[in-house]
Amino acid sequence: MDELLKKQLQITACKVRMGIIEGVYNAKSGHPGGSLSIADTLTYLYFAKLHVYPDNPKLPDRDRFVLSKGHTAPALYSVLAHRGFFPVEELKTLRHIGARLQGHPDMKHIPGVDMTTGSLGQGISAACGMALSAKLSGDTYNVYAVLGDGELEEGQVWEAAMFAAHYKLDNLVAVVDNNGLQIDGKISDVCSPYPIDEKFKAFGWHVVTMDAHDFDSIEKAFNEAETIVNQPTVIIQTSVKGKGVSYMENQVSWHGSAPNTEQYEQAMSELKAQLKELEG
Amino acid sequence: MADLVKKATRESYGEALAALGDKYENLYVLDADLAGATKTGIFKKKFPDRHIDCGIAEADMMGIAAGMASTGKIPFASSFAMFAAGRAYEIVRNSIGYPHLNVKIGATHAGISVGEDGATHQCNEDLALMRTIPGMTVINPADDTEARAAVEAAILHDGPVYIRFGRLAVPIFNDPATYKFEIGKGVQLRDGSDVTIIATGLMVYEAIKAAEELKNDGISARVINIHTIKPLDKELVVKAAKETGLIVTAEEHSIIGGLGAAVCEAVCEECPVKVVRIGVNDVFGHSGPAADLLKEFGLSSENIVATVKKAVAEK
Repeated sequence: MDELLKKQLQITACKVRMGIIEGVYNAKSGHPGGSLSIADTLTYLYFAKLHVYPDNPKLPDRDRFVLSKGHTAPALYSVLAHRGFFPVEELKTLRHIGARLQGHPDMKHIPGVDMTTGSLGQGISAACGMALSAKLSGDTYNVYAVLGDGELEEGQVWEAAMFAAHYKLDNLVAVVDNNGLQIDGKISDVCSPYPIDEKFKAFGWHVVTMDAHDFDSIEKAFNEAETIVNQPTVIIQTSVKGKGVSYMENQVSWHGSAPNTEQYEQAMSELKAQLKELEG
Repeated sequence: MADLVKKATRESYGEALAALGDKYENLYVLDADLAGATKTGIFKKKFPDRHIDCGIAEADMMGIAAGMASTGKIPFASSFAMFAAGRAYEIVRNSIGYPHLNVKIGATHAGISVGEDGATHQCNEDLALMRTIPGMTVINPADDTEARAAVEAAILHDGPVYIRFGRLAVPIFNDPATYKFEIGKGVQLRDGSDVTIIATGLMVYEAIKAAEELKNDGISARVINIHTIKPLDKELVVKAAKETGLIVTAEEHSIIGGLGAAVCEAVCEECPVKVVRIGVNDVFGHSGPAADLLKEFGLSSENIVATVKKAVAEK
């Protein structure tokens, strides 16, 4: 990847992380761990890959993005805000009464949200419907969906996986955020979905792996996905839950809880230091 | 009454989709390995490129439909009522109902008249389930004429619609030349002053027959066809409550949560009168010929007559 672009993405991703913390802290609830683990991927998609139009969010030829792991809405909202779909300041209203920023993505009210999600396993089906729709009409947009690794325990995911391969949805890219943790513990302890790669291969998908916190790796993976024809691609990203905030990293307890004021200040101070270093 | 031609409303569904395919180019049909049974195979034959088989995966099918609707297409997701409303309930609620996407759900093989397949396939709970979803329109046509009209009305309606169809051939009593269908508007089929029989689906014709017989016994029964369970035509129902003072509801569905419940909710708030519900009495069905099952479960003009007579006597 171009070094200048990489630096810009790293800076943006750091700001996106600050937005996640800001939102979850002000909501006094939410899911920071899995939001932080997808922050780099979403930043790459919205700032370097997707054809989206913040001034005209519903333009029919836009690429679609579906956050199938809808509980990590703080990451999506933060990226959308930084991309210009709505003010960054609005992130502080997350989960508040009267706010647009619902606890889980709401396509009816939030600019830039392409699908309402939150109930796990459902977003990937909707993404398949969008991709199929493009095929049926000869439209050229692509559809991207991000799933959790724990989410793979939902049977509907595999119904959708079968469907996508059967209909040769090569305009669909699914990302599995493999941070290894779900609410009840390690995914390998709760009800293991491993081996994830072999499962998707058996379902007829092209499988790519990437480091979720390395923009060179991210770019390479998404570029490879674009070259695949006649089958959908899944990118299995190895990520760190809570990435960027030291005390949240790899801690299952930060799956679904908000920082208190002291923890918030520490998180923001760490992220500010990272930003300062990046901006050099 | 003269013998009427009979047709199953699932056939009306398939034929209506095929007939409307040219007029509405955005119309797509989804199935879950039941195109033969749901009769959407008729559409598939004419428009093979606009028929999508999702395999035996109703949950996924509803999500696919939601995704397609989000891009401007009008998908009809088709399966048996048990799987469309039952198995896929939460997907219908969260991926279709909550974002109010323009998905139409064509649910065939509803009710006890599925017959020999037995309890696992006799869905007597779908109206109740679908009625609880905010913004969901729920339609239960009574015959071929109404079913065809309902399909086109659903296409023209912006938002999710659940339409219930049957497997059993039922008399076509609505004249296609004059019948006007409007979502949310009940149809008063005959006037009466002693009691109102409010029916839906295949029970509407049974209600008409019952009213004829009751007339011979000196009971004047009003008959109302409620094809749209939600939004309910409260005005017509409350008017009937005020003018006849007694209501008997008849539906091929559980007495919990369906037409009878919707009527009770409407009248108890605006004009409390006695409501007697005819339906499946909180039990599972079982295997048998449809006609025999309908009789056994009291879903017949005979039971309507008996129920009305008793209720009128107690009035």
